[in-house]
Amino acid sequence: MGISQIIFYMLAAFTLLSALFVVFSKNPIYSVLWLILCFFSIAGHFVMLNAQFLAVVHIIVYSGAIMVLFLFTVMLLNLNSETEPHKPTLLKFAAVLSGGALFLIIIAAVRSTMPAPYVAPQLSEVGYVKNIGMKLYRDYTLPFEVASILFLSAMIGSVVLAKKERFN
Amino acid sequence: MENSIQSVPQNWYLLLSTFMFCIGVMGVLLRRNAIIILMCIELMLNAVNLLLVSYSSYAGNAEGQVFVFFIMVVAAAEVAVGLALLVSIYRNVASTDIDILNRMKW
Repeated sequence: MGISQIIFYMLAAFTLLSALFVVFSKNPIYSVLWLILCFFSIAGHFVMLNAQFLAVVHIIVYSGAIMVLFLFTVMLLNLNSETEPHKPTLLKFAAVLSGGALFLIIIAAVRSTMPAPYVAPQLSEVGYVKNIGMKLYRDYTLPFEVASILFLSAMIGSVVLAKKERFN
Repeated sequence: MENSIQSVPQNWYLLLSTFMFCIGVMGVLLRRNAIIILMCIELMLNAVNLLLVSYSSYAGNAEGQVFVFFIMVVAAAEVAVGLALLVSIYRNVASTDIDILNRMKW
């Protein structure tokens, strides 16, 4: 068992545990903090998959921007209490059951398509900044620019939505 | 250091991201706080991102990682708009409990 396998198992266990804690912790602040840890471990997976550019972008965008937004909202709305009313036990049971059933169904559907013998692929360098940048600015220039329009509209939309209505 | 691609079978990434996706689905069904539901949607998006990156790395094709980049862009915009909606909902009903917001249900 190589060092990278051990790192993979540790990262995977960490990812799944922190994802479970996101769902099951009572306090929304703790959920946000566990989600940040989960995102860091996913960035670790990206590094292990030789996708350095995406690992850095993931840390900057998710842990830096999105989670700060979540934390601000939780603290702004003063939700850091454990007073969330809970669903009835039957509904909780049904939710966990349907999540598990979805897992089983996806695994059973995917199992038949899995290639039987595992061949280790060549070490690829597609995740480096140079290759991703080439792909992004040569073949995907138009979507890249459309993404900036999407950001602009999202920014304007969120400002308009969150603004207090002055009249009426 | 040796790479994860060469020693970890790709099925493990498939299992991991399927499990993560199902945890996200479970959270959406289980919780009533709208902020936590948004976070579970982020979890699901990240599971898909991880799977796309793993397929892209194993196949040696950069397009999957470009798609992951665009998914991150869309996720950031979605979170901004979703949280703005939440703030304005909170201003109206003083709660983020989704069971209160059933006026559009019937």
